[in-house]
Order: sequence, then structure tokens, then C-alpha cells
Amino acid sequence: MTLDQIIENRKAKVLDIQGGHGVRQRLSQMGIHPGDIITILRFGALRGPILVEVHGSQVALGRGIASRIIVEEVE
Amino acid sequence: MRIALAGQPNCGKSTIFNHIAGYKAITSNFPGTTVKYTETNIHINGYTCHCIDLPGTYSLTSGDPAELEARSHLLSGEVDVIINVVDASLLSRSLELTLQLLELEVPMVLCLNMMDEARRKGIQIDHQKLSKILGIPVIPTIAKTGKGLKELFHEALHVYEEKTIGINLKFSKDIEEVISQTTSLLHHKGLSKKKVPLRFLAIKLLEDDPLFLNEIQRNNDVVDQIRTFQEKLVETHGVPSDQVLSSERHALAMNLFEQVATVIHPPARDIRMVMDQWVMHPFLGYLILAIVFYAFFNFIFGLGGYVEKPLLGFFERWIEGSKEFWGKGSLLFFLTQGALHGISGGIAIVLPYLVPFLIGLSLLEDIGYLPRVAFLMDAFMHRIGLHGKSVIPFILGYGCSVPAVMATRILEFPQHRLIVAVLATMIPCSARITIIFALVAFFIGPNAALALFALNLLIVALSGRLLSHFFSEPQSLGLILEIPAYQLPPLKNTLKKSWYRIKEFVVIAWPILIIGSLILALMEYFEVEKYINWFLSPLTTLLGLPEVIGTPLIFGLLRKELSMIMLTQALGTTEVLTLLSKTQIMVFSVFVMFYIPCLATIAALWREIGKKGALLAVLFGLMVATVLSSLIRVVLEVFPLW
Repeated sequence: MTLDQIIENRKAKVLDIQGGHGVRQRLSQMGIHPGDIITILRFGALRGPILVEVHGSQVALGRGIASRIIVEEVE
Repeated sequence: MRIALAGQPNCGKSTIFNHIAGYKAITSNFPGTTVKYTETNIHINGYTCHCIDLPGTYSLTSGDPAELEARSHLLSGEVDVIINVVDASLLSRSLELTLQLLELEVPMVLCLNMMDEARRKGIQIDHQKLSKILGIPVIPTIAKTGKGLKELFHEALHVYEEKTIGINLKFSKDIEEVISQTTSLLHHKGLSKKKVPLRFLAIKLLEDDPLFLNEIQRNNDVVDQIRTFQEKLVETHGVPSDQVLSSERHALAMNLFEQVATVIHPPARDIRMVMDQWVMHPFLGYLILAIVFYAFFNFIFGLGGYVEKPLLGFFERWIEGSKEFWGKGSLLFFLTQGALHGISGGIAIVLPYLVPFLIGLSLLEDIGYLPRVAFLMDAFMHRIGLHGKSVIPFILGYGCSVPAVMATRILEFPQHRLIVAVLATMIPCSARITIIFALVAFFIGPNAALALFALNLLIVALSGRLLSHFFSEPQSLGLILEIPAYQLPPLKNTLKKSWYRIKEFVVIAWPILIIGSLILALMEYFEVEKYINWFLSPLTTLLGLPEVIGTPLIFGLLRKELSMIMLTQALGTTEVLTLLSKTQIMVFSVFVMFYIPCLATIAALWREIGKKGALLAVLFGLMVATVLSSLIRVVLEVFPLW
């Protein structure tokens, strides 16, 4: 499943990031790589961005990006 | 000796810089406040050090223009010491940049900033151990209070004298093998560069970095060899080569973090988390947003209006007095009146609104509210073909268009930057806000002013749609934005920042206002301004404004406030209502809100989005201003509201 399909307040483990150089790089700069655990905090209204927590920092991700992050739910 | 402050966005580089330099660099609580470097000279133990505050960069791989600026500066060979500033509360992520900076083989000090925040999060860091592993001094600091900064710069001096270059942590064996094969290839082909260490160059080439690949493009066989090395990495790891290296670095950083840091308790739950529950709530968030901006608006209007009235009356009496003293029609009266209009414009009209506005904006910035606004507005920005990050240049645009245009550097795509830069100039800057407050809110009423702000947003949104239709981008990445924790605004810092911005008005703009008023007075006395007014009469007639307003509009290109100050000079009174109808005030304000950006902004546009972009902004603004204000005129004449 992809990151935008996880329910609020659940945790997910990144399995793969689909997309080119650009997407992978921007995400890895935010500390999101395959293997990392992401907590989904909140979905923005009107298909707005998703707020996640990763390695202690909060990051807002657009839905387009989130749908390219393949994850599995953990816990 | 040249020291560069480098680190990830929002880790406090500029706060440290300001601590040693006095307030020179704008600081805020959102990533990307510094988009170009600021420099200063400091003295440590008899050395004169040139200290540079670089834009924040998440990594040394290519990124947005602000990040590239930091990178090219670090690679220029002109940096003797790097102070790597790290947000200690985000240590694991920040260490990835540290590892990349070590690859540059420049003397370096690691500054563990925001130690108080790390403690609150329950992270305990053994900085001595970290120092031992990396082979460089590690200094814990709290930049807000200045704690540890003295020691930091002493260590910087020390590593410069000792030429302390840190230790490069090793990747996995197979990767190290490919790297060493690449370095020896580069060495053989004589492609080593003086300023860039061979290992760094090899890693960048293996990461498929377009900038470095471009440089060796001419050596076809080398490029082919590099490609086979990249293939090797892909084969053994099953992912693209850049990902192999970034995952490795990530693993190294995580490993390092685990060696030196322990999380002794989960982050202390505090009011800030509760605040975010509300502020970013899908419904309440927007309500709060509306309340914040409405309160902000009333705060400025309340304070400014309260001061404007008595002050204007005071200056009007002086002008009356000088008329009697010098005699109506004498040159001396014209000059005194011009000077008094310029001075009163600054004190009575601009400053009462500018001061509360800039303090309020600085507060919002320092608390960290703006990235939350970006989060909330992302969905709407998508409707006009942009994404949430563009909100930041827009909000800065309410302060001044110049930093707003420069802030477009935090956007990834040139098409985005062009659109956002053009739109940001249409957002009323503090000068134009002053006009709206002092003319529309003061003479017509606060609701009319609010309506103008709403109209402005509508027009900006429509223009965004139109422009993104013409300048569509290749593939949008969508929003990726760090949302930093709230900070209690360091009040001293917030006030210093506001003063830094107010000073710009007092020192630069105000003298221009006074001189402009004097020049107009002279032009009126010698009846020169008639020709300008005659030349612009088609426009003023179209808008239904008195012909004398033509000259103030031209002067408005220097500073937007000028068009209002000179309006009072051109009309010959600060009692504007005696000569202009409310409809005319509305039409004038709408025109001034959108027409050609001021000269400083045009220069900034030229630098950031090129000659064509600047021309587009000028023509587009002029078109919107003319069409919209004549429309407003017709509407208000057909349906008179007052």
C-alpha cells in the first residue's frame, strides 16, 4: 500500500520510493529512505498534504508524493 | 581566515551569525529564510575572520537555487573553516549532511545547536565521543541565549591553525571498492580538481550528479567507465546508484547517532503539540487562520488610525501657519509645504501602520506559524497550479516585494519561480498596505479596506491560474516541506528584526519621500508637472481621476508610499476627501495596488527571473491595474455604495 492509504496516528515502514532522482533525493534529505518508520499525524482538508513525523521532525508531504511512497503498516 | 556557517535549514545559523555580527541576517522559524549569503568581519584573538552565513542546505546533492548557492560556495575553495551547525534535536538526520561536509576535507567544527530542545525531546548526546569518532571538535551551544558561541569560534580558530581535517567514515566494503576504482580512474585521466577532493568528486559522479557529470562530459571514455561503475552498484544493491550511496550515508548516520546519543525519555508532551492539534485541524485550522489574520488587520488599523488623525491635524496646522507666514503662491511656501508633506507622510501616515505591521509579521515568522499556513493552503494553491511552499513568498510579499521575490529561490522549478515572483509583486507590500489603511480604511472605512485585500487575493489567484496555464511545469513534485517546532519568539530578536526592517524605511525611503515632495513642489511652482499630467491624462481620464494625480503615479515607481504622500502634495491638502470622492479613492488605491512594481522590485525580478520575467511582471501588472480599476470605476458609478 502507499503512504496516503494509512490511517491517521498509525505507523508505517517505507518499503520503496517510486519516482525519479528528484523525488528520492528530496525525500532522503528529509530523512525518508526505505526502511524508515514514519508516523502519520494528519491529513490536510480537501486532499491537502499529509503531515508525518520521521526521525523526530515533522514534514508535510503532498498527496502526489505520498502516493509514490510504498509502505507497510507496522505495530 | 574565512569561516562559513553551513547546516540544514532552520538550525540556527543566522541566529549564531547575528550573535557575532549584530543584527545583519534575517532570522525566522521556517526553512529557507536565508536564500543568499550574508558576510561580516569578526575579530578572534587578533585574527580578522571573514564570516559567511550560508543558506541552509539539506545535503550537498543538487537542490533548489538557495541550496546550490551554499554548495557552490563551499566548493569554491575560498572557505578555510566550516562551522557545521546542527539542530541537536534532529541529530540523526543532520549527521547526513555532516558526513558529506567531511568529504570536502576542509577544517571543520561541529556545532550542536538547540541543546535545550534536544534535552526536552529526551535526547542525551555524548559530544566527546562524537568528536572522537569524527576527528573534529564538537561544541554544544544554545544560539538563542548565546551559550557556547565563544568557545565555538575559538575552536574554529584552533582547527584553522592545526588544519584539523575530520575522518571520513567508511561505507560498506563493496562500495568503497567502487569508489577507490573511480578515484584512481580520475587520477589517471588527470581529472582531479584542485579545490574538490578526489573522493568527493568520485562519490558525486557515482551519484550521477548532473553538475559534475557535465564537467567531465568531454572525456567520453571516462563517462562510459563511470557508467559501468554505477551499473556495478545497481547490480549488487538492486536500486539506482544515487540511492545506494544515500542509503549508505543514512545508515552510517543512524549508526553514528546510536553510538553517541541515547533517548532517555519520550519527548515531553507540551502545549506546542496541543497547539498543532488545533492549528492544523482540517476545520479549526482555517478558522484560526482567519481569526489570526483578522486580528492582525484590526491590530494594525486600530493602532495606526488612532495615531494618524491627531498627527495629520498637527501638520495641517503647520502648513496653514506657513501659508500665512510666507504668503500663498511664494516659492518659500511651496517648498515648506512640500517638505512638511514629506515629513508628515513619514510620521503621520506611514510609520503608524508600518511599525505595528512589521512587528506583527516578525512575530508570526518567529513563532513558526508560516509553515503551518503553507500546510493549510497547499490544497488551494494546487487549484491555481502552485503548491503550498509558494505561500511563503506571498506572505513575505505583504512585508516587502524584494525579499518575497528572492524567497522564490526555495522553489524547485524555474516555471514556478517565475509565476510566484510575478504574483508576489501583486501582493500589496507594506508601503501599499499603508496606502490602503491611510486612504481607504481611514477615509472610507475598515470594511472597504478588507474588501480590497479580498479582491487582491481573488485577482492573484485568477492571475496564478492564467499564468500557470501559459508556463506549465514539467512534472510537479508537489509539496515536501519541513514543519519546524514552534518557538517562543525571542522577543529581543523579534524587535531587532522589526527595527532592521523599519530602519530601511526611515533611512532610505523617508528621505526619498521628502525629496520627492520637494521636487513636486518645485515642479508645481514652475508649472512643469503640467506636462507629465497632460501626458498621463488619457489614463487619469479613463480612471476618472483628477489630472494632477498623474505625477504622483510616476513618482510611485521609486517608492510606493510616494504616490500617496505626493497625492496630498498634488491635491494641496491632507484632507483628501475634500477633493476626491470615495469612488475615486477606491479606484486610485486599486490602481496603485497592482500597477508597475517599484524600481527595487524590478531590479530583484531582473536578478531572479531574468529580463523577460521582469518585463512580464511590469506589463502584466499594468494591464491588471488598468483593466481592474476602470472596471471598479464603472461598477461603483453604476451601483454607488456611498
